[in-house]
Amino acid sequence: MTVRIGAGAGFSGDRIEPAVDLAERGELDFLIFECLAERTIALAQQAKLADPRAGYDTKLERRMRAVLPACRRAGTRIVTNMGAANPAAGAEAVRRVARELGLTGLKVAAVTGDDVFDRVGELLLAETGCTAGALGERLVSANAYTGVAGIVAALDAGAEVVICGRASDPALFLAPLVHSFGWAMDDWTRLGRGTLVGHLLECAAQVTGGYFADPGFKDVPDLARIGFPLAEVDPDGDAVITKLAGTGGMVTRATCTEQLLYEIHDPAAYLQPDVVADFTGVTFEEIGPDRIAVTGGAGHPATGKLKVAAGYRDGWIGEGQISYAGSGCVARGRLAIEIVGARLAACNGEIDEHRGELIGYDSVAGQTGRDSPEPPEIRMRYAARCRTRDAAARVAEEVEGLYLCGPSGGGGVTGRIREVIGIASGLMPSGSVSQSFHLIGA
Amino acid sequence: MKLRDIAHSRTGDKGDTTNIAVIAYLPEDWPRLDAALTEQRVAEHLGAAPGSVTRYALPQLHALNFVIEQALAGGVTRSLALDAHGKCRGATLLDADL
Repeated sequence: MTVRIGAGAGFSGDRIEPAVDLAERGELDFLIFECLAERTIALAQQAKLADPRAGYDTKLERRMRAVLPACRRAGTRIVTNMGAANPAAGAEAVRRVARELGLTGLKVAAVTGDDVFDRVGELLLAETGCTAGALGERLVSANAYTGVAGIVAALDAGAEVVICGRASDPALFLAPLVHSFGWAMDDWTRLGRGTLVGHLLECAAQVTGGYFADPGFKDVPDLARIGFPLAEVDPDGDAVITKLAGTGGMVTRATCTEQLLYEIHDPAAYLQPDVVADFTGVTFEEIGPDRIAVTGGAGHPATGKLKVAAGYRDGWIGEGQISYAGSGCVARGRLAIEIVGARLAACNGEIDEHRGELIGYDSVAGQTGRDSPEPPEIRMRYAARCRTRDAAARVAEEVEGLYLCGPSGGGGVTGRIREVIGIASGLMPSGSVSQSFHLIGA
Repeated sequence: MKLRDIAHSRTGDKGDTTNIAVIAYLPEDWPRLDAALTEQRVAEHLGAAPGSVTRYALPQLHALNFVIEQALAGGVTRSLALDAHGKCRGATLLDADL
């Protein structure tokens, strides 16, 4: 028995067409959508406070409308964290879409338990050095990175679509494997291998040639029509990573090796809720075009602790940009930075941090850029982190003011203001978080 | 010769930490990559604080992973940087001379 599991999204803004292609032609058992970034759940929590029916991914309905008919036909079950801050409302939304599409009887589960907002008062946060409770009313959300338990229970109960909130990304993939193969939750080797499969797939196109192309060095065929990946997983957890024939992109040892190490710290200890995965013995073998066999994954007992991410309001960032070109553009850009800094001094009590830089020159490269010859054009960018929205608005306004009251030849001003949601994390005993699920039918 | 001539890279972020994987294209270039790219060398090239870089090696994949602490100005959500994720940094590392 082989389980075919595909990735339908690697982030909330991901493309939809490749997921539809996988749903229609992939002959998949499971299609997984990973859509939660670090700050997404805090934003979703704010949306839920404003409207109790909101707080799930705003693209949930669109994605489900696109893939549900094909998934139903093929018997492909869906797992996603698009429930964000409100999995129950997300499941209701999927039910509405299913009814619109005439998919009578579709079983949709909401998995809950990751929201630990009511239990984090004493939780020590590494980044702030204080407890979550000390953030007072600034604290917006607190969610544990949960493991597979809730998702597995929902699949065991027959759910065809599972909507959860914060779970570790690989757990979204590990859960269907635990469900399908009946792996024991102390079978560390197989849990480690399933985590490896999940980690390789969780960013979708990042293993099929996305985030990879470097013309002349790393050429990727037909990147515009890149396909999303799928894995053929055997009962021991070894797998083949591949993609659908006729899609763009590629699956090679190089794409797999890059993704293996993506956002990993110690490859011997990839900390997960259910297992400490060990990637040090992983090998990739090319067994056919766009087919890479993955072996050598391992695992060790879980730490017994879950990471909790707390989101808190942390002021505002105001930003503005303006372009300069031709000889002297760097000097004019630098003068613009000085001017904006001087004009913002009036509200310095409300500004915690300033940053002025020249895009195309030193905004990424820093000193290396400043040691380089002058480019034909630059874009001045000024950003500041502010305690008030008014101060952030002033930053954008002062950049706009450069049109008439700044250096010569400045053009193309843009400005924006955004609220800052800080993320800080702590560890909570796994036993203090329990997951449950609620099944509804269309 | 630049690092880019023998290796490719991928950058990721978690909180205020960035990691850059550097992978040799060809097995025969692995010993050279392994010898040249020390923690100190990477810290110098990226302007990172000494001691903030930890190196992990996966020899069978001809790959190194560099984890750099406090590298993202407080993390993606608070940073004023244009590339708040630090995604561009792996490419700048590949400009290192070998």
